[in-house]
Amino acid sequence: MIQLKINGEEKSFSGDPEMPLLWYLRDELGLTGAKFGCGTGLCGACTVHQNGAAIRACITPMKRAAGKEITTIEGLGAQKLHPVQVAWIKHEVPQCGYCQPGQIMQAAALLRTNPKPTEEDIDQAMSGNICRCGTYQRIKAAIADAARGRAR
Amino acid sequence: MMIENVSRRGFLGSLVSAGALVLGVKILPQPALADASANGLRADAAVLHPSVYLGLDTDGTVYIVCHRSEMGAGIRTTLPMILADELEADWKRVRVEQAPGDEKYGSQSTDGSHSVRDFFDPMRQAGATARLMLIRAAAAKWGVAEGECMGRLHEVVHTPSGRVASYGELAAAAARLAVPKKEELKFKSPDQWRYIGKEVPGYDIPAMVTGKAQFGMDVRTEGMLYASVERPPVLGGRWKSVDDAAALAVPGVRRTAIIPPFKPPHAFQALGGVAVLADNTWAALQGRQKLKISWEDGPNGVYESQRYKGELQATARRPGKVVRNVGDVEKQFALGGRIIEAEYYVPHLAHAAMEPVVAMAHYQDGKVTAWASTQDPQASQETVAAALGIDKRNVTCHVTLLGGGFGRKSKPDYVAEAAILSKQAGRPVKVVWTREDDIRFDYLHAVAAMYMKARLDESGKPTAWLQRSVFPPIVSTFEQNAEYGGADEMGMGWTDVPFDLPNHRAENGAAPAHVRIGWMRSVSNIYHAFAVSSFADELAHQAGRDPLDYLLELIGGSRKIDLKAQGVDYSNYGGTPAEYPLDTARLKHVIQLAATSAGWGKRKPGNGWGMGIAAHRSFLTYVATVVEVEVDGNGKLRIPNVYYAVDAGLTVNPERVRSQFEGAAVFGTSVALLGEITAANGRIVQSNFHDYPVARIHQAPVRTSVQVVNNSEPPAGIGEPGVPPFPPALCNAIFAATGKRVRELPLSKHGFA
Repeated sequence: MIQLKINGEEKSFSGDPEMPLLWYLRDELGLTGAKFGCGTGLCGACTVHQNGAAIRACITPMKRAAGKEITTIEGLGAQKLHPVQVAWIKHEVPQCGYCQPGQIMQAAALLRTNPKPTEEDIDQAMSGNICRCGTYQRIKAAIADAARGRAR
Repeated sequence: MMIENVSRRGFLGSLVSAGALVLGVKILPQPALADASANGLRADAAVLHPSVYLGLDTDGTVYIVCHRSEMGAGIRTTLPMILADELEADWKRVRVEQAPGDEKYGSQSTDGSHSVRDFFDPMRQAGATARLMLIRAAAAKWGVAEGECMGRLHEVVHTPSGRVASYGELAAAAARLAVPKKEELKFKSPDQWRYIGKEVPGYDIPAMVTGKAQFGMDVRTEGMLYASVERPPVLGGRWKSVDDAAALAVPGVRRTAIIPPFKPPHAFQALGGVAVLADNTWAALQGRQKLKISWEDGPNGVYESQRYKGELQATARRPGKVVRNVGDVEKQFALGGRIIEAEYYVPHLAHAAMEPVVAMAHYQDGKVTAWASTQDPQASQETVAAALGIDKRNVTCHVTLLGGGFGRKSKPDYVAEAAILSKQAGRPVKVVWTREDDIRFDYLHAVAAMYMKARLDESGKPTAWLQRSVFPPIVSTFEQNAEYGGADEMGMGWTDVPFDLPNHRAENGAAPAHVRIGWMRSVSNIYHAFAVSSFADELAHQAGRDPLDYLLELIGGSRKIDLKAQGVDYSNYGGTPAEYPLDTARLKHVIQLAATSAGWGKRKPGNGWGMGIAAHRSFLTYVATVVEVEVDGNGKLRIPNVYYAVDAGLTVNPERVRSQFEGAAVFGTSVALLGEITAANGRIVQSNFHDYPVARIHQAPVRTSVQVVNNSEPPAGIGEPGVPPFPPALCNAIFAATGKRVRELPLSKHGFA
């Protein structure tokens, strides 16, 4: 039995310990905010927080999430929108929107450890998250805004 | 999930399956569910419902039905903006509902960049109809002349007295009136527009940033199974033997099922294969890995990209089928002098939307309800109906948000898979394609070889221009063994080259298809614009001329080009020549705008810095692009700026126009720099983002600025036209910066990164 916390709630899981966290979140819990994009950690659509750090849920087996605190996009702004989400709305970042929960979780994790990222820091931190619609320019602007506190 | 709560409360009768309200749940406020229509659309059940596109309730809520698919272009904002404007509705009281597939809405095929073009008038008409009915209801109530009343921000106002009545309180009375004829309607004048041409926040954006937006991948319902399908690795292949014992032993796997092979031509039919059905996606994927299948490849097992490339190029060097001819190019070439030849090549490309294709279907008693991430719910209905041998009226197709489409999700083979499997399983089945499936079983963008030849006079102007393109055509998806491009494909940047040339011939050579060929964002324009705009730049340099000046001279005087008069079979994207002429003045105008905003000519190119220009009309929209590039000694590119100028006629949603062009520059970067799909032994070699890379944040243009020419010409396309000019503009910039001409994409195969 694997115990973990999802968005602040205690959960226990008794299935295949090799099953990636992504499918537990999506298929078992119905938390479909984290997306399936590649299944191999290449695109970042499945990004969630594990103890505050960004991880790829599609390559994180349940056994490695044991005892961890997981936050998904559903939990990120549950009380009040996160400044990154506010900036995303202000800059109208999403096009199709599919990769955006992952982008937002990645950006929020970046600002947690690096509140004033340079453009290079942003490129570095966000280069694992693909957006096929090509919203990168707005992602950068939104992160910069959130970092400057303009989007609060 | 709210849907489970709803169904547990027994809210839904047997006529409406649990999942039928998946979309309804997302969009509708909870109390509205009880009296929503069978399709779950509140608009249909609203008190005032004079058009399939809207409903108005007594509480004043306006339900606007979007019948086109949202995949990022913002159509669920843009079409409702038009209707709400003409209705004089308060945008805050508008709820957008997604239509299922139904002929009553008109075309729902969301490709070809024509949603606004085709539905600007119907949306206005729906809004104006409801407004007039509300005005008439108010006038009757007050005993005043209809002409003294007007709609104003969700109210009818009696202008002389200042009396007002809200749309909600008038809805019931308006609903008792006859629906006015189109001739009776009074449309707002452009200076009265409240939303059209203004900044309106994207309707779905708040849901997208909180994870609440529901995509096809997110659809769930009680009792469903998740399926993953092992398909024949070669198009038209068949299994010789299947051993599913190990797959069935995986915990969570419920069963396997066979999807029969298609009957040629493949069109939108399921490819066939062996499916594993399980309690969750992970179990289905694990089970699928344990299938033991031996395949018989069939004739397409010969497909090998390197050899095929040589065949395309050889064909392009020989005379082909003439698709446009002016004067006599051969006579000119026979004169000798300065003859320039060049060959260009663009490989197969995959759509690779971030959401792999996905659909859920539930077969019950001869009827199917599907939930699909689809660009074409009516084609989905037809494909499912044909696959199961039922009438298409017995297929309901709900449309979710699409996690990208780019043309792939116009082809509903995966919806057919879900329906076939649900019928066998007796339960709702969601077919989840992996990224590997999505890339290997795509309807690929055609690989293309182009051969160009020109003769220059002493001033450097071409006296003759010959262009040949060879590619496996989209036609082959619908007609077995078709080898020539259709008029639509040839009309995308080939027969419609807008240059003023005394001797000009365009040709097309034959190429057999060995994989499924489909349309991808801007389609044949991609390879045609690459050849034409690269060659124009090459000739400019050969002539010792500035590429901008040379391009403007190639286009020549301002005129409307009548291709039909030249004997060209030209479809003009379905636009009439009267409404949508090929107008060189508009093309030159965007070129000048883009060049001006880029500061063209102010800095001397070379030493690893340069600018390139390309202009291209597609989907009836005129686009010019200037790309600025920096190239270091290792061939590493940086694209500091991209300047677009766009004339798409009347612009409804300028914010989404800008975002589509920003995105087109990134899509164009992927095409130019990174994308290549190849086949070996008939199998697609690439499988995921490690070997089919697409542009990431650090590779994308740093800043793309978009200048939108908003005029009163009829609206034209937005989603696609930004892509074609980008790759040649980038390659032209690289030439300016380095002196190196790249004629084959992707750039990553030619020393650039």
